[in-house]
Amino acid sequence: MKPKLAVFKFASCDGCQLSLLDAEDHLLAVAGALDIAFFPEATSRMRAGPYDVALVEGSITTAHDAERIRAVRRDAKCLITIGACATAGGIQSLKNWADHTDFIRAVYATPEYIATLATSTPIADHVHVDFELRGCPINQYQLIEVIQSLLAGRRPRTPSHSVCIDCKRRGTVCVLVARGEPCLGPVTQAGCGAICPAYDRGCYACFGPAAQANLAGLTARLASDGMRPGRIAQSLRTFNGYAPAFREESDRLADGRDRVDEVRR
Amino acid sequence: MNGHSGADAGQRFLHKDRFPCLLEQLEAMGYSVIGPTLDQHAIVYDRIRSVDDLPRGWTDEQQPGSYRVRRRTDDAWFGYVVGPHSWKGYLFPTPVVIARAAREGGDWEFKEADDAPPKFAFLGVRACEIAAIRVQDRVFLAESYVDPIYEGRRTRALIVAVNCEQAASTCFCPSMGTGPRCTSGFDLALTELSDGFVVEVGTAEGAALLATLDSSEASISQLRAAQAARRSASEQIERSLDTRGLRDLLMDNLEHPRWDETASRCLSCANCTMVCPTCFCGSVEEVSDLAGGRVERRRRWDSCFNIDFSYMNGGHVRDSIRSRYRQWLTHKLASWNDQFGTSGCVGCGRCITWCPSGIDLTEEVLAIRGDAPVSEGSS
Amino acid sequence: MRDASRSAAAAGLRPWRTHTVRVREILAEVEGVATYDLAFRDESAGAAYRFAPGQFNMLYLPGAGECAISISEDRATSAGYRHTVRVAGNVTKTLTGLRPGDTLGLRGPFGTSWPITDCIGRDVVLVAGGIGLAPLRPAIGSLMRNARQFGRRHLLYGARSPESLLYWRQYEEWSQAGIRVHTTVDRADSRWTGHVGVATLLLERLDAIDARNAVLMCCGPEVMMRFTIAAALNRGFAPDRIWVSLERNMQCGVGLCGHCQMGGEFVCRDGPVFRYDRVAPFLDVEAF
Repeated sequence: MKPKLAVFKFASCDGCQLSLLDAEDHLLAVAGALDIAFFPEATSRMRAGPYDVALVEGSITTAHDAERIRAVRRDAKCLITIGACATAGGIQSLKNWADHTDFIRAVYATPEYIATLATSTPIADHVHVDFELRGCPINQYQLIEVIQSLLAGRRPRTPSHSVCIDCKRRGTVCVLVARGEPCLGPVTQAGCGAICPAYDRGCYACFGPAAQANLAGLTARLASDGMRPGRIAQSLRTFNGYAPAFREESDRLADGRDRVDEVRR
Repeated sequence: MNGHSGADAGQRFLHKDRFPCLLEQLEAMGYSVIGPTLDQHAIVYDRIRSVDDLPRGWTDEQQPGSYRVRRRTDDAWFGYVVGPHSWKGYLFPTPVVIARAAREGGDWEFKEADDAPPKFAFLGVRACEIAAIRVQDRVFLAESYVDPIYEGRRTRALIVAVNCEQAASTCFCPSMGTGPRCTSGFDLALTELSDGFVVEVGTAEGAALLATLDSSEASISQLRAAQAARRSASEQIERSLDTRGLRDLLMDNLEHPRWDETASRCLSCANCTMVCPTCFCGSVEEVSDLAGGRVERRRRWDSCFNIDFSYMNGGHVRDSIRSRYRQWLTHKLASWNDQFGTSGCVGCGRCITWCPSGIDLTEEVLAIRGDAPVSEGSS
Repeated sequence: MRDASRSAAAAGLRPWRTHTVRVREILAEVEGVATYDLAFRDESAGAAYRFAPGQFNMLYLPGAGECAISISEDRATSAGYRHTVRVAGNVTKTLTGLRPGDTLGLRGPFGTSWPITDCIGRDVVLVAGGIGLAPLRPAIGSLMRNARQFGRRHLLYGARSPESLLYWRQYEEWSQAGIRVHTTVDRADSRWTGHVGVATLLLERLDAIDARNAVLMCCGPEVMMRFTIAAALNRGFAPDRIWVSLERNMQCGVGLCGHCQMGGEFVCRDGPVFRYDRVAPFLDVEAF
């Protein structure tokens, strides 16, 4: 029998689910090998669990979602989180450093209708996760690899090395060393194919911290290039800002000024 | 060779106006000419189709952790030192298909990659880079198993060396006995003067190539000018690495506190190994079609700084930045000698320049030497 | 220079040459361990294939990758080539999906072998832990034949539990051929009447051995080998007659990819079987 797959969305932009849909021809093969039982983004047919595999996009930002993810976990033999929101809390985790009620008041006409948690947290903070696929958005080839490996019953092969290795493999000259462009590549996990430096920009750390990343080592370098600590902290607090390695270093640099608006100054 | 007039005998002079003929001749002989060109704010190695592709009037300034290209005050064609690329990008390419598998009639069939190797002419090879190619020759060609990808490209390659006339602050080739002068290992070696090149012949192929070009016998004044230009490179080299007893120094100090200190600065990003012209580590990746019936085995550059590099049975042998930096430095400067009878370092300084933290291996050795027991006579 | 590179290359062996082999038989051994009997599909390749006890092959499952597996029985006792495999990673897991008649790839043999000729006229002690008995079994085969050449022969084998004693059906046969088999387990059950504890204890208790002239060969988890070596040195074994089979991440098998380096050694090419004094400086360095 084909493994039963479900795709769930929590607080997110849907971009990672779209990566799966983007993998058109691959997707047909995937659809042939899997029984897609629940995927609201792609099909209106929805069948109840239990599922063999649940792909989960998005972070937990409401009490309702915190309940819902537990139900997903109960229904899934294997739970895989996809994307920076699900694996690190996403860009919306910036509110973890701020007073979310300020944001609600600033954005919504009738704030009292909004029920939300004070934090945006990764799925693994709430339930056991079998495998985390990083990226903002995820890389569709990595997603295919994850699905193929599930079908083959092996562990997915995704790299844990730095973006620098991928830059060098494609012949990109280091933007940090050759131009002093701030770049988070040395502490960031590869996965995107080192796109930004190939287009003359520093890496934004879309795939989160590399294994055993030496954040203090890199931020010392950025500081020596004249970047102020608050600015460095801000550069770490993006899509994966709440990932422990980035969070701890940005907190250290912000040194008490941990409200986002203060860091920004 | 030491640049005395005896060694200079038979050297030719090729005017810059005639240089395009060299490129044309190489193309006519079926070579793809690879040489220096300005790209991505650096002098990199890429396809050279005309002298306009050369980094004329540009130079590089290098410091630990910093590289900048600058305008020169003159129009020198090869007036830089070494950049982020090295020739291993062509001899040991990444990625490259090494083998294929296909399921035919139910059985797996296996084939080694037999793609026709490209024929490269390398233009602008520095003395340290010739030494680096020699080191990789030792790794890939001199043991019982030979790397077919490297072999195919290496045996067809032609080397047109260009002597350094300046040095970067990160250069230390004299310490490693590899430069700055090109003494062997080339087909032709050039020394650039303002209006042309003094040309030395290294092989019969080089001589045959030179014979097709409109060169003249180099005059005494041209030979003197070339000597002076080469001397200025030697004179500019400030950095050094004391290699006396180096192998034992490092292997006897595997628990030195310096490793911890360096680990606090090392990002384990692998830049040093990627830019190093001798580092040869690679990993093979399986790339299969969706049905799984056709598989390509692709080799990519890998690095001892990649945590997964030493992964085995659910654990990593080198599970800390300290252990990975120690692996790299002791391999490069010590155990490489045990394996290949030569140092893995040619003194090009790339690992110093391209380290985002500016870690300088000559300083690391100095620090370990500083308070390490001196082991005289152990070299 | 190009001439030099050319002549060096002319004699070169081809690292990626892969043979198609067929699974003849799969023997369940103990929990999570099975032996795969593999035969060359191409008879001439099979006829040309020679290996020595202790060497390994790279087994290749296209799409999953390769893994280094030592050859676990010497040729004389099997028509194919036996590989005892413990499921540890992706490739070994994929291997469990194969059935007799299926094909896979094989490169090899690679690496160094056990010093069988050095054992002539000497007592021999084999010390194995867990799956580490597999690379030693071809050596047992060699020591069984021409038995009179050798002195006293002991196998000291430690496993986790009585159920995880590998190749237990053969112990009787080995004993009859003059190899004294001593076993021990970490955790005994109610039926176990033998030793409990690590294999090192067996070595300490072993009498009837001329330690100073004996040869010791050891394969098992690295920590077990370190303790075994310490005990052996303590008993008077000579450092240059102690041999260990090491394990590292081996990918190319021939010293070209760099993964398995340990100091100046490529474990795949200069090992896996090392004379102890050669690797002694590195074995105790953590994470080297």
